[in-house]
Amino acid sequence: MPASNGVPLNWYLILSAILFCLGIAGFLYRRNVITVFMSIELMLNAVNLSFVTFSYQFKQVDGHIFTFFVMVVAAAEAAVGLAIILTVFKNRQTLQVDDVNSLKN
Amino acid sequence: MPDNFLPAGVEYLRILPEIILTVAGTLIMLLEGLAGDSVKTRNGPGYLALFALVAAIPASLVAGANPGFAFSNLLVIDGFATFFRVLVVVVGILTVLVSFQYLRRENASSSEYFGLILFSVTGQCVMASSNELIMMFIGLEISSISSYVLAGYLRDDKRNNEAAIKYFLLGSFATAFFLYGIAWIYGVTGTTNLDQIRYALLSHDVASSSILVGVAASLMLVGLAFKVSAAPFQIWAPDVYQGAPAPISAFLSAGPKAAAFAIFLRLFMTSFQPISGRWAPFVWSSALLTMVVGNFAALTQSNIKRMLAYSSIANAGYVLVAIATHSAIGTAAAMFYLAAYAFMNVGAFAVVTHFSRQGERFVNIDDLAGLGWKQPVTAALFSVFLLSFVGVPLTGGFFGKFYIFKAALDGGYTWLAILGLLNSAVAAYYYLRILVVMYMKEPGESCENLSPLAPGVSLALWGSALATLVLGIFPSVILNFARGSATLGR
Repeated sequence: MPASNGVPLNWYLILSAILFCLGIAGFLYRRNVITVFMSIELMLNAVNLSFVTFSYQFKQVDGHIFTFFVMVVAAAEAAVGLAIILTVFKNRQTLQVDDVNSLKN
Repeated sequence: MPDNFLPAGVEYLRILPEIILTVAGTLIMLLEGLAGDSVKTRNGPGYLALFALVAAIPASLVAGANPGFAFSNLLVIDGFATFFRVLVVVVGILTVLVSFQYLRRENASSSEYFGLILFSVTGQCVMASSNELIMMFIGLEISSISSYVLAGYLRDDKRNNEAAIKYFLLGSFATAFFLYGIAWIYGVTGTTNLDQIRYALLSHDVASSSILVGVAASLMLVGLAFKVSAAPFQIWAPDVYQGAPAPISAFLSAGPKAAAFAIFLRLFMTSFQPISGRWAPFVWSSALLTMVVGNFAALTQSNIKRMLAYSSIANAGYVLVAIATHSAIGTAAAMFYLAAYAFMNVGAFAVVTHFSRQGERFVNIDDLAGLGWKQPVTAALFSVFLLSFVGVPLTGGFFGKFYIFKAALDGGYTWLAILGLLNSAVAAYYYLRILVVMYMKEPGESCENLSPLAPGVSLALWGSALATLVLGIFPSVILNFARGSATLGR
Protein backbone atom coordinates (compact mmCIF):
# COMPACT_ATOMS: atom_id res chain seq x y z
CA MET A 1 0.00 0.00 0.00
CA PRO A 2 2.09 2.90 -1.23
CA ALA A 3 -0.25 5.68 -0.17
CA SER A 4 0.10 4.88 3.49
CA ASN A 5 3.74 6.02 3.31
CA GLY A 6 5.02 3.22 5.43
CA VAL A 7 2.64 3.69 8.35
CA PRO A 8 1.00 0.27 8.69
CA LEU A 9 -2.78 0.26 8.90
CA ASN A 10 -2.64 -1.71 12.14
CA TRP A 11 -1.22 1.32 13.87
CA TYR A 12 -4.35 3.30 13.10
CA LEU A 13 -6.46 0.55 14.60
CA ILE A 14 -4.29 0.43 17.71
CA LEU A 15 -4.50 4.21 18.01
CA SER A 16 -8.27 3.97 17.66
CA ALA A 17 -8.45 1.33 20.39
CA ILE A 18 -6.29 3.49 22.68
CA LEU A 19 -8.50 6.54 22.05
CA PHE A 20 -11.61 4.47 22.72
CA CYS A 21 -10.21 3.20 26.01
CA LEU A 22 -9.17 6.73 26.99
CA GLY A 23 -12.76 7.76 26.33
CA ILE A 24 -14.06 4.99 28.60
CA ALA A 25 -11.58 5.94 31.32
CA GLY A 26 -12.59 9.60 31.04
CA PHE A 27 -16.25 8.68 31.24
CA LEU A 28 -15.72 6.60 34.34
CA TYR A 29 -13.23 8.75 36.25
CA ARG A 30 -13.86 12.39 35.37
CA ARG A 31 -16.48 14.14 37.47
CA ASN A 32 -17.25 17.24 35.40
CA VAL A 33 -20.27 16.73 33.15
CA ILE A 34 -18.68 18.56 30.21
CA THR A 35 -15.52 16.45 30.43
CA VAL A 36 -17.62 13.29 30.64
CA PHE A 37 -19.44 14.40 27.52
CA MET A 38 -16.14 15.12 25.74
CA SER A 39 -15.00 11.59 26.63
CA ILE A 40 -18.04 10.22 24.80
CA GLU A 41 -17.17 12.34 21.76
CA LEU A 42 -13.65 10.96 21.93
CA MET A 43 -15.05 7.44 21.82
CA LEU A 44 -17.16 8.28 18.77
CA ASN A 45 -14.15 9.75 16.99
CA ALA A 46 -12.10 6.66 17.81
CA VAL A 47 -14.82 4.67 16.07
CA ASN A 48 -14.62 7.01 13.07
CA LEU A 49 -10.88 6.39 12.80
CA SER A 50 -11.52 2.63 12.72
CA PHE A 51 -14.16 3.03 10.03
CA VAL A 52 -11.90 5.11 7.82
CA THR A 53 -9.03 2.68 8.27
CA PHE A 54 -11.14 -0.35 7.36
CA SER A 55 -12.69 1.51 4.47
CA TYR A 56 -9.24 2.35 3.12
CA GLN A 57 -8.14 -1.23 3.54
CA PHE A 58 -11.16 -2.65 1.66
CA LYS A 59 -11.06 0.11 -0.97
CA GLN A 60 -14.78 0.68 -0.31
CA VAL A 61 -16.72 3.83 0.48
CA ASP A 62 -19.07 2.17 3.00
CA GLY A 63 -16.91 3.05 5.96
CA HIS A 64 -16.49 6.65 4.83
CA ILE A 65 -20.25 7.01 4.53
CA PHE A 66 -20.70 5.50 7.95
CA THR A 67 -18.26 8.07 9.32
CA PHE A 68 -20.41 10.90 7.94
CA PHE A 69 -23.47 9.44 9.61
CA VAL A 70 -21.61 9.17 12.91
CA MET A 71 -20.47 12.79 12.64
CA VAL A 72 -24.01 14.02 11.95
CA VAL A 73 -25.43 12.02 14.83
CA ALA A 74 -22.65 13.22 17.13
CA ALA A 75 -23.52 16.81 16.23
CA ALA A 76 -27.20 16.23 17.01
CA GLU A 77 -26.24 14.55 20.24
CA ALA A 78 -23.99 17.47 21.18
CA ALA A 79 -26.81 19.95 20.59
CA VAL A 80 -29.24 18.02 22.75
CA GLY A 81 -26.62 17.10 25.35
CA LEU A 82 -25.35 20.62 25.87
CA ALA A 83 -28.93 21.87 26.20
CA ILE A 84 -29.60 19.26 28.87
CA ILE A 85 -26.37 20.16 30.68
CA LEU A 86 -27.43 23.81 30.57
CA THR A 87 -30.80 23.10 32.23
CA VAL A 88 -29.07 21.06 34.92
CA PHE A 89 -26.65 23.90 35.58
CA LYS A 90 -29.49 26.43 35.67
CA ASN A 91 -31.36 24.47 38.34
CA ARG A 92 -28.45 23.26 40.44
CA GLN A 93 -25.51 25.64 39.82
CA THR A 94 -23.15 22.70 39.56
CA LEU A 95 -21.50 20.66 36.84
CA GLN A 96 -20.26 17.83 39.05
CA VAL A 97 -21.95 14.53 38.18
CA ASP A 98 -21.78 13.41 41.81
CA ASP A 99 -23.95 16.35 42.89
CA VAL A 100 -26.76 15.34 40.56
CA ASN A 101 -28.07 12.59 42.80
CA SER A 102 -31.44 13.53 44.25
CA LEU A 103 -33.30 10.53 42.81
CA LYS A 104 -33.30 7.82 45.41
CA ASN A 105 -35.71 5.49 47.02
CA MET B 1 -24.66 4.04 -12.08
CA PRO B 2 -26.91 1.01 -11.63
CA ASP B 3 -30.17 1.07 -13.59
CA ASN B 4 -32.21 0.68 -10.40
CA PHE B 5 -30.70 3.81 -8.92
CA LEU B 6 -34.06 5.39 -8.19
CA PRO B 7 -36.12 3.41 -5.69
CA ALA B 8 -39.22 1.71 -7.08
CA GLY B 9 -42.66 2.99 -6.06
CA VAL B 10 -43.35 0.01 -3.85
CA GLU B 11 -40.29 0.87 -1.77
CA TYR B 12 -41.92 4.14 -0.75
CA LEU B 13 -45.00 2.14 0.21
CA ARG B 14 -42.81 0.02 2.46
CA ILE B 15 -41.71 3.05 4.50
CA LEU B 16 -45.17 4.64 4.54
CA PRO B 17 -45.43 4.65 8.39
CA GLU B 18 -42.10 6.48 8.71
CA ILE B 19 -43.14 8.98 6.02
CA ILE B 20 -46.46 9.74 7.74
CA LEU B 21 -44.86 10.12 11.17
CA THR B 22 -42.01 12.32 9.95
CA VAL B 23 -44.31 14.61 7.95
CA ALA B 24 -46.71 14.98 10.88
CA GLY B 25 -43.86 15.58 13.33
CA THR B 26 -42.35 18.27 11.11
CA LEU B 27 -45.77 19.84 10.58
CA ILE B 28 -46.30 20.04 14.34
CA MET B 29 -42.98 21.80 14.80
CA LEU B 30 -43.81 24.27 11.99
CA LEU B 31 -47.34 24.95 13.20
CA GLU B 32 -46.09 25.86 16.65
CA GLY B 33 -44.51 28.97 15.24
CA LEU B 34 -47.73 29.94 13.46
CA ALA B 35 -50.26 29.10 16.15
CA GLY B 36 -48.48 30.43 19.21
CA ASP B 37 -49.19 28.87 22.56
CA SER B 38 -52.68 30.11 23.32
CA VAL B 39 -55.00 27.92 25.35
CA LYS B 40 -57.34 27.43 22.38
CA THR B 41 -54.76 25.79 20.16
CA ARG B 42 -53.06 23.85 22.91
CA ASN B 43 -54.49 20.45 22.12
CA GLY B 44 -54.07 20.83 18.36
CA PRO B 45 -50.59 19.26 18.11
CA GLY B 46 -51.75 16.37 20.24
CA TYR B 47 -54.69 15.64 17.96
CA LEU B 48 -52.47 15.87 14.90
CA ALA B 49 -49.99 13.46 16.52
CA LEU B 50 -52.82 11.11 17.42
CA PHE B 51 -54.16 11.24 13.88
CA ALA B 52 -50.73 10.51 12.39
CA LEU B 53 -50.11 7.61 14.76
CA VAL B 54 -53.52 6.09 14.08
CA ALA B 55 -52.88 6.46 10.35
CA ALA B 56 -49.49 4.77 10.79
CA ILE B 57 -51.15 1.51 11.85
CA PRO B 58 -52.93 0.81 8.53
CA ALA B 59 -49.80 2.17 6.82
CA SER B 60 -47.71 -0.44 8.64
CA LEU B 61 -50.16 -3.13 7.61
CA VAL B 62 -50.09 -1.97 3.97
CA ALA B 63 -46.31 -1.98 4.12
CA GLY B 64 -46.44 -5.43 5.68
CA ALA B 65 -48.68 -6.64 2.87
CA ASN B 66 -45.90 -5.72 0.42
CA PRO B 67 -42.99 -7.50 2.04
CA GLY B 68 -39.49 -7.21 0.71
CA PHE B 69 -36.40 -5.05 0.78
CA ALA B 70 -36.30 -1.31 0.31
CA PHE B 71 -33.59 1.21 -0.61
CA SER B 72 -30.76 -1.10 -1.67
CA ASN B 73 -31.48 -3.62 1.09
CA LEU B 74 -31.12 -0.99 3.80
CA LEU B 75 -34.55 -1.89 5.11
CA VAL B 76 -36.44 -5.14 5.15
CA ILE B 77 -40.19 -5.25 5.60
CA ASP B 78 -41.30 -8.64 6.88
CA GLY B 79 -43.72 -9.93 9.50
CA PHE B 80 -41.20 -9.24 12.26
CA ALA B 81 -40.85 -5.58 11.22
CA THR B 82 -44.63 -5.17 10.90
CA PHE B 83 -45.18 -6.66 14.34
CA PHE B 84 -42.79 -4.26 16.04
CA ARG B 85 -43.88 -1.26 13.97
CA VAL B 86 -47.50 -1.74 15.02
CA LEU B 87 -46.40 -2.32 18.62
CA VAL B 88 -44.34 0.88 18.92
CA VAL B 89 -47.03 2.91 17.14
CA VAL B 90 -49.67 1.63 19.58
CA VAL B 91 -47.41 2.53 22.50
CA GLY B 92 -47.11 6.00 20.93
CA ILE B 93 -50.91 6.32 20.71
CA LEU B 94 -51.38 5.33 24.36
CA THR B 95 -48.66 7.76 25.46
CA VAL B 96 -50.26 10.63 23.54
CA LEU B 97 -53.65 9.85 25.09
CA VAL B 98 -52.18 9.91 28.59
CA SER B 99 -50.21 13.09 27.92
CA PHE B 100 -53.07 15.54 27.21
CA GLN B 101 -54.08 15.82 30.83
CA TYR B 102 -50.51 15.69 32.08
CA LEU B 103 -49.35 18.64 29.99
CA ARG B 104 -52.40 20.72 30.92
CA ARG B 105 -51.82 19.93 34.59
CA GLU B 106 -48.13 20.79 34.53
CA ASN B 107 -48.84 23.86 32.41
CA ALA B 108 -46.28 22.79 29.81
CA SER B 109 -46.31 23.61 26.11
CA SER B 110 -47.29 20.69 23.96
CA SER B 111 -46.08 21.06 20.37
CA GLU B 112 -42.45 20.00 20.79
CA TYR B 113 -43.60 17.27 23.12
CA PHE B 114 -45.87 15.60 20.58
CA GLY B 115 -43.42 16.28 17.75
CA LEU B 116 -40.67 14.53 19.69
CA ILE B 117 -42.91 11.55 20.42
CA LEU B 118 -43.58 11.20 16.71
CA PHE B 119 -39.87 11.41 15.87
CA SER B 120 -39.04 8.88 18.54
CA VAL B 121 -41.65 6.47 17.19
CA THR B 122 -40.27 7.03 13.68
CA GLY B 123 -36.85 6.00 14.91
CA GLN B 124 -38.31 2.89 16.52
CA CYS B 125 -40.08 1.98 13.26
CA VAL B 126 -36.75 2.32 11.43
CA MET B 127 -35.11 0.09 14.03
CA ALA B 128 -37.83 -2.53 13.62
CA SER B 129 -37.30 -2.75 9.86
CA SER B 130 -33.55 -2.20 9.58
CA ASN B 131 -31.56 -4.73 7.64
CA GLU B 132 -28.25 -2.96 7.84
CA LEU B 133 -26.09 -1.84 10.74
CA ILE B 134 -26.18 1.74 9.47
CA MET B 135 -29.98 1.83 9.64
CA MET B 136 -29.96 0.22 13.07
CA PHE B 137 -27.62 2.91 14.31
CA ILE B 138 -29.62 5.74 12.75
CA GLY B 139 -32.96 4.40 13.99
CA LEU B 140 -31.51 3.91 17.47
CA GLU B 141 -30.23 7.47 17.53
CA ILE B 142 -33.42 9.06 16.16
CA SER B 143 -35.33 7.26 18.88
CA SER B 144 -32.78 7.95 21.63
CA ILE B 145 -32.08 11.63 20.98
CA SER B 146 -35.81 12.42 21.02
CA SER B 147 -36.17 10.38 24.19
CA TYR B 148 -33.36 12.28 25.94
CA VAL B 149 -35.28 15.52 25.41
CA LEU B 150 -38.58 13.97 26.46
CA ALA B 151 -37.09 12.59 29.68
CA GLY B 152 -36.22 16.14 30.73
CA TYR B 153 -39.23 17.82 29.20
CA LEU B 154 -40.20 19.97 32.20
CA ARG B 155 -37.10 22.13 32.13
CA ASP B 156 -37.56 23.65 35.57
CA ASP B 157 -38.12 20.39 37.36
CA LYS B 158 -34.97 19.09 39.05
CA ARG B 159 -36.06 15.47 38.79
CA ASN B 160 -36.63 15.84 35.05
CA ASN B 161 -33.19 17.41 34.61
CA GLU B 162 -31.52 14.62 36.46
CA ALA B 163 -33.36 11.94 34.53
CA ALA B 164 -32.42 13.61 31.24
CA ILE B 165 -28.72 14.00 32.00
CA LYS B 166 -28.36 10.44 33.26
CA TYR B 167 -30.27 9.03 30.32
CA PHE B 168 -28.27 11.13 27.91
CA LEU B 169 -24.80 10.34 29.27
CA LEU B 170 -25.33 6.61 29.71
CA GLY B 171 -27.30 6.30 26.47
CA SER B 172 -24.56 7.96 24.43
CA PHE B 173 -21.93 5.89 26.21
CA ALA B 174 -23.83 2.75 25.20
CA THR B 175 -24.16 3.98 21.62
CA ALA B 176 -20.39 4.37 21.42
CA PHE B 177 -19.94 0.71 22.38
CA PHE B 178 -22.51 -0.39 19.83
CA LEU B 179 -20.74 1.68 17.16
CA TYR B 180 -17.31 0.33 17.97
CA GLY B 181 -18.76 -3.15 17.63
CA ILE B 182 -20.14 -2.19 14.21
CA ALA B 183 -16.72 -0.87 13.18
CA TRP B 184 -15.05 -4.17 14.05
CA ILE B 185 -17.73 -6.28 12.40
CA TYR B 186 -17.23 -4.16 9.31
CA GLY B 187 -13.49 -4.63 9.62
CA VAL B 188 -13.73 -8.40 9.90
CA THR B 189 -16.48 -9.11 7.38
CA GLY B 190 -16.20 -6.13 5.03
CA THR B 191 -19.94 -5.46 5.08
CA THR B 192 -22.64 -3.94 7.23
CA ASN B 193 -25.54 -5.85 5.70
CA LEU B 194 -27.01 -8.32 8.20
CA ASP B 195 -27.42 -11.19 5.73
CA GLN B 196 -23.95 -10.75 4.29
CA ILE B 197 -22.46 -10.68 7.78
CA ARG B 198 -24.21 -13.98 8.37
CA TYR B 199 -22.75 -15.49 5.18
CA ALA B 200 -19.32 -14.15 6.07
CA LEU B 201 -19.51 -15.73 9.54
CA LEU B 202 -20.55 -19.03 7.96
CA SER B 203 -17.56 -19.02 5.60
CA HIS B 204 -14.12 -20.19 6.56
CA ASP B 205 -12.25 -16.96 5.89
CA VAL B 206 -13.65 -15.36 8.99
CA ALA B 207 -13.11 -18.38 11.20
CA SER B 208 -9.45 -17.40 11.46
CA SER B 209 -10.38 -14.12 13.14
CA SER B 210 -12.86 -15.62 15.55
CA ILE B 211 -11.47 -13.62 18.48
CA LEU B 212 -12.14 -10.35 16.68
CA VAL B 213 -15.68 -11.46 15.83
CA GLY B 214 -16.20 -12.29 19.49
CA VAL B 215 -14.90 -8.89 20.57
CA ALA B 216 -17.14 -7.11 18.08
CA ALA B 217 -20.20 -9.11 19.07
CA SER B 218 -19.53 -8.47 22.77
CA LEU B 219 -19.18 -4.73 22.19
CA MET B 220 -22.55 -4.70 20.41
CA LEU B 221 -24.04 -6.86 23.15
CA VAL B 222 -22.87 -4.35 25.76
CA GLY B 223 -24.41 -1.47 23.82
CA LEU B 224 -27.72 -3.25 23.41
CA ALA B 225 -27.75 -4.45 27.03
CA PHE B 226 -27.55 -0.80 28.09
CA LYS B 227 -30.48 0.08 25.84
CA VAL B 228 -32.72 -2.72 27.09
CA SER B 229 -31.57 -2.16 30.71
CA ALA B 230 -30.11 -5.63 31.16
CA ALA B 231 -27.84 -6.27 34.13
CA PRO B 232 -25.05 -5.37 34.77
CA PHE B 233 -25.85 -2.28 32.66
CA GLN B 234 -29.21 -1.41 34.19
CA ILE B 235 -28.13 1.29 36.67
CA TRP B 236 -29.60 4.19 34.67
CA ALA B 237 -33.12 2.79 34.40
CA PRO B 238 -34.46 3.38 37.95
CA ASP B 239 -33.26 6.99 38.05
CA VAL B 240 -34.54 7.79 34.58
CA TYR B 241 -37.97 6.21 34.98
CA GLN B 242 -38.38 7.79 38.39
CA GLY B 243 -37.30 11.25 37.33
CA ALA B 244 -38.93 11.52 33.90
CA PRO B 245 -42.53 12.75 33.48
CA ALA B 246 -44.84 9.81 34.21
CA PRO B 247 -46.27 9.47 30.66
CA ILE B 248 -42.70 9.50 29.31
CA SER B 249 -41.65 6.79 31.78
CA ALA B 250 -44.48 4.74 30.32
CA PHE B 251 -43.26 5.46 26.81
CA LEU B 252 -39.56 4.81 27.52
CA SER B 253 -40.09 1.52 29.26
CA ALA B 254 -42.34 0.18 26.49
CA GLY B 255 -41.56 1.70 23.07
CA PRO B 256 -37.79 2.24 22.84
CA LYS B 257 -37.26 -0.92 24.84
CA ALA B 258 -39.37 -3.02 22.47
CA ALA B 259 -37.53 -1.49 19.50
CA ALA B 260 -34.15 -2.16 21.13
CA PHE B 261 -35.20 -5.77 21.64
CA ALA B 262 -36.28 -5.84 17.98
CA ILE B 263 -32.76 -4.97 16.78
CA PHE B 264 -31.29 -7.25 19.44
CA LEU B 265 -33.34 -10.17 18.08
CA ARG B 266 -32.74 -9.34 14.44
CA LEU B 267 -29.02 -8.88 14.86
CA PHE B 268 -28.39 -11.91 17.01
CA MET B 269 -30.84 -14.23 15.27
CA THR B 270 -29.75 -13.24 11.75
CA SER B 271 -26.13 -12.09 11.65
CA PHE B 272 -24.76 -13.74 14.75
CA GLN B 273 -26.89 -16.85 14.48
CA PRO B 274 -23.90 -18.89 13.21
CA ILE B 275 -22.04 -18.14 16.45
CA SER B 276 -25.08 -18.55 18.73
CA GLY B 277 -23.26 -21.12 20.85
CA ARG B 278 -20.78 -18.43 21.81
CA TRP B 279 -23.14 -15.60 22.72
CA ALA B 280 -25.88 -17.64 24.38
CA PRO B 281 -23.95 -18.10 27.70
CA PHE B 282 -23.50 -14.33 27.98
CA VAL B 283 -27.17 -13.72 27.29
CA TRP B 284 -28.46 -16.27 29.78
CA SER B 285 -26.12 -15.15 32.54
CA SER B 286 -27.23 -11.57 31.92
CA ALA B 287 -30.87 -12.74 31.89
CA LEU B 288 -30.44 -14.43 35.26
CA LEU B 289 -28.67 -11.44 36.80
CA THR B 290 -31.26 -9.04 35.36
CA MET B 291 -34.19 -10.98 36.82
CA VAL B 292 -32.58 -11.27 40.24
CA VAL B 293 -31.40 -7.65 40.44
CA GLY B 294 -34.72 -6.26 39.17
CA ASN B 295 -36.99 -8.32 41.37
CA PHE B 296 -35.03 -8.09 44.60
CA ALA B 297 -34.43 -4.35 44.27
CA ALA B 298 -38.13 -3.79 43.53
CA LEU B 299 -39.07 -5.45 46.82
CA THR B 300 -37.76 -2.59 48.92
CA GLN B 301 -38.97 0.39 46.87
CA SER B 302 -41.45 2.86 48.30
CA ASN B 303 -41.70 5.09 45.21
CA ILE B 304 -44.07 3.50 42.74
CA LYS B 305 -42.31 4.83 39.63
CA ARG B 306 -39.02 3.45 40.87
CA MET B 307 -40.67 0.14 41.70
CA LEU B 308 -42.09 -0.06 38.19
CA ALA B 309 -38.61 0.77 36.85
CA TYR B 310 -37.11 -2.22 38.67
CA SER B 311 -40.04 -4.30 37.52
CA SER B 312 -39.25 -3.20 33.97
CA ILE B 313 -35.64 -4.37 34.47
CA ALA B 314 -36.88 -7.73 35.75
CA ASN B 315 -39.18 -8.06 32.75
CA ALA B 316 -36.26 -7.39 30.40
CA GLY B 317 -34.67 -10.38 32.12
CA TYR B 318 -37.56 -12.65 31.12
CA VAL B 319 -37.26 -11.52 27.49
CA LEU B 320 -33.52 -12.24 27.61
CA VAL B 321 -34.32 -15.79 28.75
CA ALA B 322 -36.30 -16.19 25.53
CA ILE B 323 -33.45 -14.75 23.46
CA ALA B 324 -30.89 -17.01 25.15
CA THR B 325 -32.68 -20.05 23.74
CA HIS B 326 -31.71 -18.75 20.25
CA SER B 327 -34.63 -20.55 18.63
CA ALA B 328 -37.61 -19.42 16.55
CA ILE B 329 -39.92 -20.40 19.42
CA GLY B 330 -37.90 -18.22 21.75
CA THR B 331 -38.12 -15.30 19.34
CA ALA B 332 -41.89 -15.68 19.07
CA ALA B 333 -42.17 -15.89 22.87
CA ALA B 334 -40.09 -12.72 23.24
CA MET B 335 -42.28 -10.90 20.72
CA PHE B 336 -45.46 -11.97 22.49
CA TYR B 337 -44.08 -11.00 25.87
CA LEU B 338 -42.97 -7.56 24.68
CA ALA B 339 -46.49 -6.89 23.35
CA ALA B 340 -48.17 -8.05 26.58
CA TYR B 341 -45.63 -6.15 28.67
CA ALA B 342 -46.12 -2.92 26.71
CA PHE B 343 -49.85 -2.82 27.45
CA MET B 344 -49.66 -3.62 31.14
CA ASN B 345 -46.74 -1.29 31.70
CA VAL B 346 -48.24 1.69 29.89
CA GLY B 347 -51.48 1.03 31.76
CA ALA B 348 -49.74 0.99 35.14
CA PHE B 349 -47.86 4.21 34.40
CA ALA B 350 -51.10 5.79 33.17
CA VAL B 351 -52.63 5.15 36.58
CA VAL B 352 -49.56 6.70 38.20
CA THR B 353 -49.91 9.73 35.89
CA HIS B 354 -53.53 10.14 36.91
CA PHE B 355 -52.95 9.65 40.61
CA SER B 356 -49.77 11.66 41.13
CA ARG B 357 -51.48 15.06 40.64
CA GLN B 358 -49.70 18.32 39.81
CA GLY B 359 -45.94 18.26 40.31
CA GLU B 360 -46.13 14.48 40.77
CA ARG B 361 -46.60 14.83 44.50
CA PHE B 362 -48.18 11.46 45.22
CA VAL B 363 -45.84 8.83 43.88
CA ASN B 364 -45.37 6.67 46.96
CA ILE B 365 -46.99 3.28 47.15
CA ASP B 366 -48.57 4.18 50.50
CA ASP B 367 -50.28 7.18 48.91
CA LEU B 368 -52.48 4.77 47.00
CA ALA B 369 -54.16 3.72 50.25
CA GLY B 370 -57.90 3.46 49.83
CA LEU B 371 -57.94 4.09 46.08
CA GLY B 372 -60.10 0.99 45.74
CA TRP B 373 -62.89 2.76 47.62
CA LYS B 374 -62.42 6.26 46.25
CA GLN B 375 -62.19 5.35 42.58
CA PRO B 376 -63.20 1.73 42.13
CA VAL B 377 -62.87 1.79 38.33
CA THR B 378 -59.32 3.15 38.31
CA ALA B 379 -58.31 0.69 41.00
CA ALA B 380 -59.94 -2.21 39.17
CA LEU B 381 -58.11 -1.36 35.93
CA PHE B 382 -54.85 -0.99 37.86
CA SER B 383 -55.49 -4.42 39.39
CA VAL B 384 -55.78 -5.94 35.91
CA PHE B 385 -52.31 -4.63 35.05
CA LEU B 386 -50.82 -5.74 38.36
CA LEU B 387 -52.30 -9.22 38.06
CA SER B 388 -50.92 -9.39 34.53
CA PHE B 389 -47.46 -8.45 35.89
CA VAL B 390 -47.78 -11.24 38.43
CA GLY B 391 -48.77 -13.63 35.65
CA VAL B 392 -52.26 -14.62 36.73
CA PRO B 393 -54.14 -16.71 34.12
CA LEU B 394 -56.53 -14.89 31.76
CA THR B 395 -54.06 -11.99 31.47
CA GLY B 396 -51.45 -11.38 28.79
CA GLY B 397 -48.68 -11.63 31.38
CA PHE B 398 -49.55 -15.24 32.11
CA PHE B 399 -49.19 -16.44 28.54
CA GLY B 400 -46.15 -14.23 28.05
CA LYS B 401 -44.31 -15.95 30.88
CA PHE B 402 -45.74 -19.33 29.92
CA TYR B 403 -44.37 -19.16 26.36
CA ILE B 404 -41.00 -17.86 27.52
CA PHE B 405 -40.48 -20.62 30.08
CA LYS B 406 -41.80 -23.18 27.61
CA ALA B 407 -39.24 -21.97 25.06
CA ALA B 408 -36.55 -22.26 27.75
CA LEU B 409 -37.62 -25.84 28.53
CA ASP B 410 -37.68 -26.77 24.83
CA GLY B 411 -34.24 -25.24 24.41
CA GLY B 412 -32.79 -27.34 27.24
CA TYR B 413 -32.55 -24.50 29.75
CA THR B 414 -34.62 -26.27 32.41
CA TRP B 415 -32.77 -24.73 35.33
CA LEU B 416 -33.09 -21.25 33.83
CA ALA B 417 -36.86 -21.75 33.52
CA ILE B 418 -37.03 -22.87 37.15
CA LEU B 419 -35.00 -19.90 38.38
CA GLY B 420 -37.20 -17.61 36.29
CA LEU B 421 -40.34 -19.08 37.84
CA LEU B 422 -38.90 -18.60 41.34
CA ASN B 423 -38.20 -15.00 40.38
CA SER B 424 -41.77 -14.40 39.31
CA ALA B 425 -42.86 -15.76 42.68
CA VAL B 426 -40.69 -13.13 44.38
CA ALA B 427 -42.14 -10.51 42.05
CA ALA B 428 -45.68 -11.41 43.05
CA TYR B 429 -44.94 -9.97 46.49
CA TYR B 430 -44.33 -6.38 45.40
CA TYR B 431 -47.14 -6.29 42.86
CA LEU B 432 -49.69 -7.72 45.28
CA ARG B 433 -48.53 -5.30 47.97
CA ILE B 434 -50.01 -2.48 45.87
CA LEU B 435 -53.32 -4.34 45.69
CA VAL B 436 -53.31 -4.70 49.47
CA VAL B 437 -52.61 -0.99 49.93
CA MET B 438 -55.35 -0.01 47.48
CA TYR B 439 -58.08 -2.19 48.90
CA MET B 440 -57.26 -2.87 52.54
CA LYS B 441 -56.10 0.48 53.87
CA GLU B 442 -58.11 3.49 54.91
CA PRO B 443 -58.01 6.37 52.43
CA GLY B 444 -55.53 9.01 53.59
CA GLU B 445 -55.24 12.65 52.60
CA SER B 446 -53.57 11.62 49.34
CA CYS B 447 -56.91 10.38 48.07
CA GLU B 448 -58.69 13.67 48.71
CA ASN B 449 -59.40 16.02 45.81
CA LEU B 450 -58.73 13.25 43.34
CA SER B 451 -60.26 14.39 40.07
CA PRO B 452 -62.18 11.89 37.93
CA LEU B 453 -60.29 10.16 35.12
CA ALA B 454 -59.61 12.49 32.19
CA PRO B 455 -61.07 11.19 28.89
CA GLY B 456 -57.65 10.52 27.33
CA VAL B 457 -56.31 8.66 30.35
CA SER B 458 -59.56 6.76 30.63
CA LEU B 459 -59.37 5.67 26.98
CA ALA B 460 -55.74 4.60 27.38
CA LEU B 461 -56.54 2.64 30.55
CA TRP B 462 -59.53 0.84 29.08
CA GLY B 463 -57.65 0.14 25.86
CA SER B 464 -54.61 -1.31 27.66
CA ALA B 465 -56.77 -3.35 30.02
CA LEU B 466 -58.78 -4.73 27.11
CA ALA B 467 -55.60 -5.59 25.20
CA THR B 468 -54.13 -7.27 28.30
CA LEU B 469 -57.26 -9.42 28.67
CA VAL B 470 -57.52 -10.20 24.95
CA LEU B 471 -53.89 -11.36 24.96
CA GLY B 472 -54.72 -13.49 27.97
CA ILE B 473 -57.89 -15.05 26.59
CA PHE B 474 -57.08 -15.34 22.87
CA PRO B 475 -53.28 -15.49 22.89
CA SER B 476 -53.13 -17.56 19.72
CA VAL B 477 -54.08 -14.57 17.53
CA ILE B 478 -50.86 -12.72 18.30
CA LEU B 479 -48.77 -15.78 18.93
CA ASN B 480 -49.51 -17.34 15.55
CA PHE B 481 -48.52 -14.12 13.86
CA ALA B 482 -45.34 -13.95 15.95
CA ARG B 483 -44.52 -17.59 15.16
CA GLY B 484 -45.06 -16.97 11.46
CA SER B 485 -42.58 -14.12 11.43
CA ALA B 486 -40.03 -15.31 13.97
CA THR B 487 -37.77 -17.16 11.52
CA LEU B 488 -35.22 -14.44 11.06
CA GLY B 489 -32.23 -16.44 9.81
CA ARG B 490 -33.09 -16.50 6.12
